[in-house]
Amino acid sequence: MSTAGGITAEPPVEAAPPPTAEPGRLGRWLTNGVFLTPALLLLVVWMLYPLVYTIIRSFFGQNGYLGAWVGIDNYKSLFVPFNLSNPLLVAIKNNAIWVAVVPALVTSIGLIFAVLTERVRWSVAFKTVVFLPMAISAFATGVTWRIMYQQDPNLGALNALSRSVSSVIHSPGVLQDAAPSSAAITGSPQTGYVLKTPLHPGSVAHLGLTAIPPDAVPGGAKQAVDPAAKPGDIVGVVWRDFKPGGGKPGVVESQEVGLPGVSVQLRSSAGKTVQSATTSSDGTFDFSKVPAGSYETAIGASTFRKPFAGYGWLGPKLITPSLIIAYIWIWAGFSMVVIAAGLSAMPRDVLEAARTDGATEWQTFRRVTVPLLLPVLSVVFITMIINVLKVFDLVFALAPQSTQADANVIALAMWRVAFGGQNNFGAGSAIAVFLFLLVIPVLALNIRRFKRDV
Amino acid sequence: MAAAAPAIEVPAPRDTVAAKVLRALATAPLQIFLAVLGVLWLVPTFGLFITSILPASAFTSKGWWQIFSHPSTATFANYSALFHNSGLTKALETTAYIAVGNTVIVVVLGAMAAYAFAWLDFPGRDWVFIGVIGLLVVPLQMALIPMFKLYDIFGIYDTLIGIILFHVAFGLPFAIFLLRNFFVGIPKDILESARIDGANEFVIFLRLIMPLGLPAIASLAIFQFLWTWNDLLVALVFGQNVQPITVWIAGQLREFGTSIDIIAPASFLSLLVPLVVFFSFQRYFVQGLLAGSVK
Repeated sequence: MSTAGGITAEPPVEAAPPPTAEPGRLGRWLTNGVFLTPALLLLVVWMLYPLVYTIIRSFFGQNGYLGAWVGIDNYKSLFVPFNLSNPLLVAIKNNAIWVAVVPALVTSIGLIFAVLTERVRWSVAFKTVVFLPMAISAFATGVTWRIMYQQDPNLGALNALSRSVSSVIHSPGVLQDAAPSSAAITGSPQTGYVLKTPLHPGSVAHLGLTAIPPDAVPGGAKQAVDPAAKPGDIVGVVWRDFKPGGGKPGVVESQEVGLPGVSVQLRSSAGKTVQSATTSSDGTFDFSKVPAGSYETAIGASTFRKPFAGYGWLGPKLITPSLIIAYIWIWAGFSMVVIAAGLSAMPRDVLEAARTDGATEWQTFRRVTVPLLLPVLSVVFITMIINVLKVFDLVFALAPQSTQADANVIALAMWRVAFGGQNNFGAGSAIAVFLFLLVIPVLALNIRRFKRDV
Repeated sequence: MAAAAPAIEVPAPRDTVAAKVLRALATAPLQIFLAVLGVLWLVPTFGLFITSILPASAFTSKGWWQIFSHPSTATFANYSALFHNSGLTKALETTAYIAVGNTVIVVVLGAMAAYAFAWLDFPGRDWVFIGVIGLLVVPLQMALIPMFKLYDIFGIYDTLIGIILFHVAFGLPFAIFLLRNFFVGIPKDILESARIDGANEFVIFLRLIMPLGLPAIASLAIFQFLWTWNDLLVALVFGQNVQPITVWIAGQLREFGTSIDIIAPASFLSLLVPLVVFFSFQRYFVQGLLAGSVK
């Protein structure tokens, strides 16, 4: 029987000629060869040869087909110096965070979603929406989240949301840029300003502030009043100590307005706040019935609190958590769909039996659902470990150039070292081998699972 | 969050109207929770779309949600500018060539090899197959440097065929794994009777296996298509002038703020095709996912 070339010439199965003799040994070999050779050739040239070459190459220097023998220096560069000035160690540290956090989170979020969606009618719609990011490239996801993460709360949706939350908890101060008008008042906007002159019952405190633009003066402000001393009380005034064309610092003059709504504290000589008051529209305040002693007055830091400036999601400190959030956004759908399939394949009677026996929903979930799902959960978990070890595109697209070193992960480090400018093929090979070593346990697991199934 | 779930279940699910109402009420908190979550999940993609129809100047002053108060700022000028940008149209074309070329080759070569592993006898068959499974998790970083050098020697650096073949090779282990497992499940009788009728292996492969294996092949094809359409790393290493859409956009990333009128619409365009594929073949996509992960 002919082999190669007969693919289209052969008659259809129904009209096949009568049974012929078994194809000969040679014929069988040829058949196998035609089916297998193209795929195996590609696997050998594109995967096996590189595997061997990269391992060997990792012991040689930067340039050339092989370069100079350097022993294990390339591997050493991964860990020496063993501190965060070593960019490769930063990558390993970050990837360790990824591995520690992401598989567990993705698996548990997927489990929760899968269990919860079982209870609503429109679960398909929900699943579709959550699964959607799986179809999108990690690169486009990076761009998408970079827009979300813009630091300016006017631009980035996440910081805009944070601002509206934070303005409820900590409203911005009434006098954000104000500074004291005389040297008697010390402090900073972060700690508040303190009038160092000691006060006693019957004294008057003058808390003059300047550097307040006219449009920043609180609404309803009236001409400032220098209050008269009251026996037993400590009174005072907080005012805008600035008069167009001059004026004396520390003295309340006409055309100088009081600053209403400022919270003023009375502190004992030990620095403890004993009373607080809010200034009225002419800037005056009154601490009544003050026991004898020496006191200080202070304007609290809340008065000078700047408006929320946005978290630096894309800055060096938060970049890895930001990346992880975006990554979970991508993969939660995968986890949910796989676990939901496991759930629907679960024997219903076991669950029913547990409920009939009086188990609560939580008990059923903990003692029946989760143990039965364990194989599926572990598959998701292991898949995620592999994915997380290889994460590249998202970091590349989401982390701005300036924080890419802080966001670095192993796969990105490999690209940066070998192709992103340094062109160090020796070190690049070592990083690739290191990554390969990390996935070998999973490789072994896969093979064992297959052998068991056969 | 899961702890909140138990309170939801209502005992005695009698299907009277009252019970139905009661049940709907009892699941209301859950329904609201899931609805909010679903909306939140859509926000980033929606934000990308809105950003893509705003002028670049808008991005430096106010967030994309300004569109709700100023719908008139929306403009499709970004898109029409993009379609006149030869760089982008060429990149889209390149992406399509890579994705389609890879998908076709992987499906054909993968199916052939999978058939051999499932139904042909040859010495060491299972061992070779185990080797293929072993290759499933090999990170493609292992091949970047050697192939970079080899491509230079062969003269296929910065060519479509070079990028496609790299994808094919790394797509094959999964293809062979997925299809072999599916083909093994085809009843042996069908193959045997075809063989007795005198059909040779090529006829069996073309007339029996391929049609019967269509669901698995569809899953594989969708995966391969999306994987290569969405690829960044391979094209970044093996292409320079041959740029798919991801690499082309990556070239603009340095000026994120000022080039946003290019980056956002181009990114949105790049994800339209995968979305259409996903929605058209969702069933096969999920099947492939399950076959690939849960064995």
